[in-house]
Amino acid sequence: MQTKDLSFVRIELEPARPAPAGERGIGKWLRTNLFATPVDAVLTIMGLLIIAYVLPPIIRWAFIDAVWSGPNRTVCATVSQGGIQPDGWSGACWAFVNAKFQQFMYGRYTFSERWRVNLTAIMFVALLVPLLMPRVPKKTLNAIAFFVVFPIVAFFLLVGGAFGLAYVPTNLWGGLLVTMVLSFVGISVSLPLGILLALGRRSKLPVVKMLCVAFIETVRGVPLVTVLFMASVMLPLFMPAGMSFDRFARALVGVALFASAYMAEVVRGGLQAIPKGQYEGANSLGLSYWQSMGLIVLPQALKLVIPGIVNNFIGLFKDTSLVYIIGMFDLLGIVRQNFADANWASAQTPMSGLVFAGAVFWAFCFGMSRYSIYMERRLDTGHRR
Amino acid sequence: MKKLVTGILGSAALMVSASAGWGATLDDVKQRGTLRCGVHTGLAGFAAPNDQGEWSGFDYDLCRAIAAAVFGDPEKVEAVPTNATERFTALQSGEIDVLSRNTTWTLSRDTSLGFNFAGVNYYDGQGFMINASKLPGINSALQLSGAAVCVQTGTTTELNLADYFAANNMDYNPVVFQGFDETNAAYEAGRCDVYTTDQSGLYALRLTLANPDEHVVLPEIISKEPLGPAVRHGDDQWFDIVKWTLFALVQAEELGITQANVEEMKGSDNPEIRRILGQEADTSIGTVLGLENDWIVNIIAGVGNYGEVFERNIGQESPLKIARGLNQLWTKGGIQYAPPIR
Repeated sequence: MQTKDLSFVRIELEPARPAPAGERGIGKWLRTNLFATPVDAVLTIMGLLIIAYVLPPIIRWAFIDAVWSGPNRTVCATVSQGGIQPDGWSGACWAFVNAKFQQFMYGRYTFSERWRVNLTAIMFVALLVPLLMPRVPKKTLNAIAFFVVFPIVAFFLLVGGAFGLAYVPTNLWGGLLVTMVLSFVGISVSLPLGILLALGRRSKLPVVKMLCVAFIETVRGVPLVTVLFMASVMLPLFMPAGMSFDRFARALVGVALFASAYMAEVVRGGLQAIPKGQYEGANSLGLSYWQSMGLIVLPQALKLVIPGIVNNFIGLFKDTSLVYIIGMFDLLGIVRQNFADANWASAQTPMSGLVFAGAVFWAFCFGMSRYSIYMERRLDTGHRR
Repeated sequence: MKKLVTGILGSAALMVSASAGWGATLDDVKQRGTLRCGVHTGLAGFAAPNDQGEWSGFDYDLCRAIAAAVFGDPEKVEAVPTNATERFTALQSGEIDVLSRNTTWTLSRDTSLGFNFAGVNYYDGQGFMINASKLPGINSALQLSGAAVCVQTGTTTELNLADYFAANNMDYNPVVFQGFDETNAAYEAGRCDVYTTDQSGLYALRLTLANPDEHVVLPEIISKEPLGPAVRHGDDQWFDIVKWTLFALVQAEELGITQANVEEMKGSDNPEIRRILGQEADTSIGTVLGLENDWIVNIIAGVGNYGEVFERNIGQESPLKIARGLNQLWTKGGIQYAPPIR
């Protein structure tokens, strides 16, 4: 007997209907993020207006009206300035950066020897990248290669005078090369030295403590500019006649010691944030001083002060420009020096050069900053407040 | 304050140099194989890097001329860029052999700093530039009464300006700035009607203005700024070499010896030309200085004569287009004059 079964039993879920038009897609996003309240709406519109007002002229200057290559100032000057551009023209003179690019990178480093700088840079990247990626194994070996072997190899490669390499005096160095060498040495000396100074300052041994406090307070109390200036103006007067201490070495020593003093105070901040129980716990396990510091205290303390450490690194990277005081030219210095080249003097040259230098500095500093944020997240083991 | 610092540095230098005992710079230079020459860190036309990063410029060419005289090779120069303060100690301490960095020759520098100025390679002077579209009809600095004048503070320029306006019973509104770049930017933005600095600087600035034709450099020169190379006290032989290198450049222009014709000029009928090129029999024109007898040939073949150096770096063949003016030869209305080379 067949009866028609009229009962309705749903045997599968009704497919989900899309959210109402006002609650999904771009409309919803716009409403919640940009126009949630009248104040938000006004701010959004004002923001958009400012962008619309500022951005097109910048794009026009930097890209559309810009000059990308040319032999000399004529391509970047208007007719009345003795150039080829129509009067009233205003655009970036990338031709200047283009023509001087090699100089901005290497300074006056001997032409035929520039492969040595390139090789050093390749080694630097090849060793640094795996060191920065947590997934890659053999960190100890990598760190030894980067912080011990690489500086020695790089020294002989860059300076030369041994192993059949021609000697390239440091007064020929310049541009990004100088910036990178100064900040690499500054960073890799200042972190270990800063940690030692910070530990020394908290030490119970009076002589060690006094020496560390004296060093830190002296160095922090004197401006870097003053020290560089003294080193370049006063030092030569008291040296034996005709003898001169390499200018670049002066800058390296000055910058490294300076960064160490600042680093010491950052690390000390981290050490003070570690609860006393951690120190006591380490002691009760029978760990020696260095064991308790290396295994218990420092890993926690350094993690806490990553933003401060990176802040110091970024500051150091940008402070390298101060070496212009002693007649060395880092990236910014050599860009500014080239403004004096009459063949490229035009109304647009200084702005273009400075924008280029700024962009390079920004790229490096932004990279460091992003990596530090990544590291902080990775090492965040439940202390988030 | 500045004077005090200079004084301290100067006396420190004197103590040190007195104990060290200078002399025989020529031997040091020859032994080292290069001339260490102090130049500007970057001044358009006088010392600036070119596209290849090599130094070039009017002051730098004097370094090359000295190297040519000593080594016969103008490229044996090591340029040491120095800033305004560092230049003096660099020379005092022996870090450089000669300072060729548009340095004004003054009494105190010549005496208490312990230098000898080996002559004047560029006669500069403070001048005025005006924006002619804002101040039409002005063609003399004496008409500038009441004008707003952009000037760099703490310079002799600022003092000269005050003296000049006071001496001529005129008023002005100083618009002062700390650095060269800020002053330029203020003038360009129209914050003042008049810009004042050394004339060579005015020409360099004019290149970077949006409408150079609107700007006029007025003819008045209100200060003397003789710029020249300096060496240390106490080494007369080296002083002579630098001094006569400069004179040789000027003398070569006067005699029409150029980089192109110096070789054929060796066989000239003019005994004076043959003499300074060291072509006379048993000549001692170089040996008296401790140099080879063809040192002037090397200079001219290496860098050209004074006029060529001038035109190439800052004159009509350069973007700066500075007129010869006072730097013309004495025979042509200027004051560049070389004592006889014999």
